[in-house]
Amino acid sequence: MSASVLPYTVKPHPVTGVYSGKLGTWLFLASEVMLFGAFFSTYVLLRVGAPTEGAAVWPTHEQTHLSWKIGGFNTLVLIISSVTMVLAWAQLKMNNFSKARLYLIVTFVLAGLFLVVKLTMEYYPKFEAGIRPSTNIFFAAYFVLTGLHALHIVGGMVVIGYFIGPGASLWKKDPEYFTNRIECTGLYWHFVDLVWIFLFPVLYLL
Amino acid sequence: MADSHADISKHVKLYIGVFAALAGLTIVTVLASQVDFSGPGHVVVALLIAGIKATLVAAVFMHLKWERSGWIWWPLVLCAFFFVVLMTLPTLVATESRDRAPAGTWDTIPVREAPAHSGGNAESGH
Amino acid sequence: MSHDEHHELSFIRKYVFSIDHKVIGIQYGITALCFLFFGFCLMMLMRWQLAYPGQELPVLGKLLGEEFFPGGVMTPDFYNSLGVMHGTIMIFLGVVPLLVGAFGNYVMPLQIGAPDMSFPKLNMASYWIYLCGGCVMLASFFVPGGAANSGWTAYPPLSVTATTGQTWWIIGMVFLITSSLLGSVNFIVTIVQLRAKGLTMFRLPFFVWSQLVTAFLLLLAFPPLEAAGVLQLADRVLGTSFFLPEGLVISGQQLVQGAVPSGGGNPILWQHLFWFLAHPEVYVLILPAMGIVGEIIANNTRKPLWGYRPIVYSSIFLGFMSFIVWAHHMFITGMGTSLSMFFATTTMIISIPSVVILTALVISLYKGSIRFNVPMLFALSFLPMFAIGGLTGLPLGLPASDIHLHDTYYVIGHFHYVVAPGTIFAIFAGVYYWFPKVTGRRMSEGLGKIHFWLSLIGMNGAFMPMFFVGIAGMLRRGYDPAAYAANENLLGMVKMSSWSVWMLGVAQLPFILNFFMSIVAGKKVSANPWEATTLEWSAPSPPPHGNFEAVPVVYRGPYEYSTDDRKDDFFPQHLQAEA
Repeated sequence: MSASVLPYTVKPHPVTGVYSGKLGTWLFLASEVMLFGAFFSTYVLLRVGAPTEGAAVWPTHEQTHLSWKIGGFNTLVLIISSVTMVLAWAQLKMNNFSKARLYLIVTFVLAGLFLVVKLTMEYYPKFEAGIRPSTNIFFAAYFVLTGLHALHIVGGMVVIGYFIGPGASLWKKDPEYFTNRIECTGLYWHFVDLVWIFLFPVLYLL
Repeated sequence: MADSHADISKHVKLYIGVFAALAGLTIVTVLASQVDFSGPGHVVVALLIAGIKATLVAAVFMHLKWERSGWIWWPLVLCAFFFVVLMTLPTLVATESRDRAPAGTWDTIPVREAPAHSGGNAESGH
Repeated sequence: MSHDEHHELSFIRKYVFSIDHKVIGIQYGITALCFLFFGFCLMMLMRWQLAYPGQELPVLGKLLGEEFFPGGVMTPDFYNSLGVMHGTIMIFLGVVPLLVGAFGNYVMPLQIGAPDMSFPKLNMASYWIYLCGGCVMLASFFVPGGAANSGWTAYPPLSVTATTGQTWWIIGMVFLITSSLLGSVNFIVTIVQLRAKGLTMFRLPFFVWSQLVTAFLLLLAFPPLEAAGVLQLADRVLGTSFFLPEGLVISGQQLVQGAVPSGGGNPILWQHLFWFLAHPEVYVLILPAMGIVGEIIANNTRKPLWGYRPIVYSSIFLGFMSFIVWAHHMFITGMGTSLSMFFATTTMIISIPSVVILTALVISLYKGSIRFNVPMLFALSFLPMFAIGGLTGLPLGLPASDIHLHDTYYVIGHFHYVVAPGTIFAIFAGVYYWFPKVTGRRMSEGLGKIHFWLSLIGMNGAFMPMFFVGIAGMLRRGYDPAAYAANENLLGMVKMSSWSVWMLGVAQLPFILNFFMSIVAGKKVSANPWEATTLEWSAPSPPPHGNFEAVPVVYRGPYEYSTDDRKDDFFPQHLQAEA
């Protein structure tokens, strides 16, 4: 209830020029940058510092069993989902709730598709072939990085699912508030896409 | 930020354009990885393309292009700076091992007979 | 108060799952004080083993069970667990939640004239996640092998090969980090968005500034540790080897992790990621403490803080620099000279803003008509205590002297002077100072003075000897100081430390008594018992839901004391100047 009396949850603050949710989301994303930064840094360090001989040598492309076709497909899926996400927001801005909802549903489905591809065509065959995170340092990094990214996708799906389902009722009460929430969700979603944009070349191509 | 309908439909066109660019760059980065560059060429090209794509997403989809609030920009600048600091870690650790005296260095230091110097400092080096 | 009170909230919504920043602040405060006392009790146990190594612990030794106290004597593993848990609990479950969670949550929104935090539900979530983290930490005492026992810094490879308690420690840490991250987002947004009309950034009380800088530190420094925690968890649970080098041999045995020894990791990486957080964390521990002390000094000298702007700029600079000094914790990892030089230089630079702040606080006392009440006594003693802690840190920031002092009791003495008589005294000062705002009653001055003097003696008696035994070479993590002939002459001072710690424990009894008695029987006071200027004192005590009776407007800076044109010697921020 006190949330309803707090100022600047919907309208931007006249001086700072943002509403609270947007600022909060950006700050959260800043911390996420540092989180993934630490992971990328670890990856670079382990790769550059990998021994050139012995059991712990960095695997070659053939040994990593990563197909750029699957990775590239998933990249496209995420990029499209990013576009549909931002289009959902644009439709809300143009007062077109049903179209916006459709775009949200498309985003949700695409996110699901990403996970299905990831699980059935990448993780599962690797487990079948006896590859585990403990197999070597590359797979340790691969599973932790992509696993954490996948968790972020799941988190995003929960939020998007909420706004397709029960959260949608806010549109009737306060359309501007709802639009803002979709914008913040979008910011997070684009960030998840952005992380993948780096993960794809680093893991699959280099 | 732009709010009227006309502006938003202009935005929509831009979004589609950016999407095309992102898809195109994804193909380019895959193709580039097939080309045989010498040395670190692969890494530079791949990260450059990823950087362009990331910039496009941040600027257009995340609306940073239209963002005027300093309270969003400053934390991001700060974050970018510390991100760079974080990314120097591999270099730091690499320098650590490079600066370190090679194994065996300290084996060859002559041991001095005891009470000549009470300090026993090993400044003789190599 | 009237506009949104349509119905009374149920007891649970009002006091347990509350979204009111004041209730959450109190929840944080009580929980964290309990953890603080618990962490202190762990230390009192450890001090027995140090003072009387190998002797049976009277009474408690039998009660604590054969597993950890065979024959009433503490096992080395349990001693290690106590060390880890003391450090972890004091820092992550006690001090930070008190400074940020309790004082930050309760006082900061009041000081900026806000009705609540920006995201009240997020605020509630951060408390409950913090509590979960705390419970996981406590539960880890009961897993096989006991709680984590690889040092509070959890250095691999030891931590990766340690008993199950370490896994619980990491999970607990992930909870605590998540809680801090949510909290810091909330703090920054609140300070940026919800300041009262007229309250520009340079009219903010210094306490609010310190919370803002602290929140940024938490926001940007904690995620790398979270990442490192996830990696260490993977090492322990999934059998990866992010932090295990190839060909690691432990006790003459080639290490075999899981099914396949994969290797290829780097133990130094953990240290980098850990200290990338843990150095900014030091300033998380000290900045809000400086904020509290600043408020109390301005109020009790009846003068504006001397050099308000330099103090603010210094704290921003301090926050910034704290990100690029971390490797001074790692001089003896075999780091090259050029790197050591860089980090030694940044470390010397970061001491400048700390000294600026401290000096400004000291100069603020000059020519003030000082009121020596209990909060002021604690705030005043903060100054020399923190100065001792800070100055003894300089030799640790220089590689040459650090090589000798590293891992000795000198280090323990140094950071405890910063955090224990420094920060914890500031916390006590804050408790005494804001208690009337929270409860509408004042704590007893008499009991408070007993608490203060005994604590001051106890703290110095406990930590001062550590500098001497440390310089003499006694190692910090040793289980049995008497085992080394070199420590023979130091045992007296170790005993002195221990007895001081136990006395310090006794010294907290008047505080506990005072705290609970004053809640029910303390002297009732008005809204502004200290005749202070900042906004929190313009709200009723205790403030109702929504905080202020009328939306406050601010007309002046935070510390307008003893202005010439007024009858009272203080000019509250929310009062308009008389024509």
